[in-house]
Amino acid sequence: MRTLPVFRRSTTEALKPEAAKDINYSSQWRLMYIKFKRHKLARISLYVLGFLYFVALFAQFIAPYGLQSYDSKYVNAPPMTVRFIDGEGKFHLQPFVYELKSARDPETMRKIFVADTEKKYSLQFFVKGEEYKFLGLIPTTRHLFGVEEPGRLFMLGTDAMGRDMFSRIVLGSQISLSIPLVGVGISFVLGLIIGGISGYFGGWLDSIIQRIIEIIRSFPTLPLWMALSAAIPPRIPIVTMYLYIVIIFAFIGWTDLARVVRGKFISLKNEDYVIAAKIAGVGNTKIIVKHLLPGFISYLVVATTLAIPNMILGETAMSFLGLGIRSPATSWGVLLQEAQKIENVALYPWKLIPLGFVILTVLAYNFLGDGLRDAADPYKK
Amino acid sequence: MLQYSIKRILMAIPVVMFISFIVFYIIQLPPGDYVSSYSAQMTAAGEVMTQADMDQMRANLGLDRPVYEQYAIWIKKIVFYGDFGYSFNYNKPVMDVVKQYMGLTLVVSLVTMAFQYIVAIPIGIYTAVKQYSAGDYFFSGISFLGMATPNFLLAIILMYLSYTWFGDPLLGLFSSEYVNAPWSMAKMMDLLKHLVIPVIVIGLASTADLIRVMRGQMLDELNKPNVITARSKGLSETKILFKYPTRAALNPIVSTFGWSLSSIFTGSTITAIVLNLPIQGPVMYKALLGQDMYLAGSWLLFMSLLTVLGTLISDILLAWLDPKIRTEFRGN
Repeated sequence: MRTLPVFRRSTTEALKPEAAKDINYSSQWRLMYIKFKRHKLARISLYVLGFLYFVALFAQFIAPYGLQSYDSKYVNAPPMTVRFIDGEGKFHLQPFVYELKSARDPETMRKIFVADTEKKYSLQFFVKGEEYKFLGLIPTTRHLFGVEEPGRLFMLGTDAMGRDMFSRIVLGSQISLSIPLVGVGISFVLGLIIGGISGYFGGWLDSIIQRIIEIIRSFPTLPLWMALSAAIPPRIPIVTMYLYIVIIFAFIGWTDLARVVRGKFISLKNEDYVIAAKIAGVGNTKIIVKHLLPGFISYLVVATTLAIPNMILGETAMSFLGLGIRSPATSWGVLLQEAQKIENVALYPWKLIPLGFVILTVLAYNFLGDGLRDAADPYKK
Repeated sequence: MLQYSIKRILMAIPVVMFISFIVFYIIQLPPGDYVSSYSAQMTAAGEVMTQADMDQMRANLGLDRPVYEQYAIWIKKIVFYGDFGYSFNYNKPVMDVVKQYMGLTLVVSLVTMAFQYIVAIPIGIYTAVKQYSAGDYFFSGISFLGMATPNFLLAIILMYLSYTWFGDPLLGLFSSEYVNAPWSMAKMMDLLKHLVIPVIVIGLASTADLIRVMRGQMLDELNKPNVITARSKGLSETKILFKYPTRAALNPIVSTFGWSLSSIFTGSTITAIVLNLPIQGPVMYKALLGQDMYLAGSWLLFMSLLTVLGTLISDILLAWLDPKIRTEFRGN
């Protein structure tokens, strides 16, 4: 058995009667899992997102430099090439970068950077750098990789203040990736509770809640975001600013989820099994948690996932306009502020790199949501 | 039908009232008021305003009264005189500022709207008929990308491309020589040239969305019995396509018409700021930042009214197209 090729083993397994039985007796979650696994794009997206969040979690360790560390010698430096082969055609097992030397473009007289082939710095793991707290707890100076002082490593170039773009993108991902998650989390809880009350109890409570939802939904999202963000006082601590923005996003986002929850509650609460439970004297809380929630929680997860991309784009847009996250805090939208000027994009195109990460994340969430929706739909093959 | 429409309109009135109140509450939320931001500007320019000056100015502008009184005065003027207040920044009535930018805003919005329907409907039909073809994958890929790219950054990229290819980033809506020129054929052409980027940028996300809706609807309709019957009768494929599935699939698209216009109106804001278009968006953005509260408030109110109106039109259109909804409503 051990020596059989893999494909043969799997075919024989699929033919076994137990396997077919397994499908028939699987729980709803197990079926969803099987269907989700078959959705290739969604699975890849899940890995991509997993990777991005992993990097965000260990951002301080992975980024070679701190958020504010700058070097005025290297303003608007282009991305460095990490090389294995040096100028004489010799191969090095350990990758290295050349030092950047500033020069003048003979035609335009603009300041440009050229690689100084005389000085090379090899890339090293666990180099000493700025001090930070690993996971916010353990103070250390080791970073995942980097080059030794006085060498500099700018994998994705630098910004107008000579700050390393790669480090700032990695550190900025902490805010860019967590805001939509926290915002959607708050919307989820609000939507579940308010939509649940509205759908389960009905009557005048339902009418009032529905009118409130209707009013909030009548506001155009973008202008309302702008108006509310403009109301955030300047010069407040980063944590407070973060909270304000998350609350603004959640305040607008919960209504969609509340409507989904309400609809599901209304359609399920008159099912025979729920009425039977009621007659048997089961309390409201238990009916909701045990009999109603499992019936539609999968739809909610899907709706929540699909709400995330909009929040990411919203946060990016607000921060880009200077109405969202503001420096010294950094998100991808803040990094893109420098791309506001067309000259900057024309001369230093690497300033658009954060855009790539925004698109990647939004696409991944969209595909993940699609995959989850297909998996949660029992009628879809 | 008429009864449904009237009921629907009556239902919108309390919603509008609440909205106006919330709008006013939001625009006076930012710390400080127009006077404090004005005095900060003055200080920066070298002139110092005393406390007495500031109090005097507040009294003149009615900013020293309690919020609810300010709100009551504002609403009273809107309802009875159509007066939306005074823009401090522009030093003229809000209505004049709005009127000044309204024409071009409408032009940009309507052209964008036309663009998205003209592009999305044929592509939607094509991708549904040729499902899983190379073209289908191509357009699906594009529409996914269109939804994932923040549109203001797309604006920058297009500006950059137009700058490198044609040597002109096509900022604004007119070239400098035409801004104050009277209308002429040349000015029209100039406007059309400058409209390309804004229309693509503003319309892309909703076009992508429309393509997906149209494709989904068509796929549902293509296998219906009426199509099979028509085919068995020997009608040509083109005739079948346009006579049955396309007509049925257009219903949900047409019904989102009203909603779509208001979403273009509000969605153009950020793009307009980036592209420096002389339309509502940038004007209101400055009003929000500079605490020009009546201008900002009127704008927010106007946008919300448009959304309510868009939903109203969509609901009525949908009821008109779909008798099921009509009867359901009457049944309640």
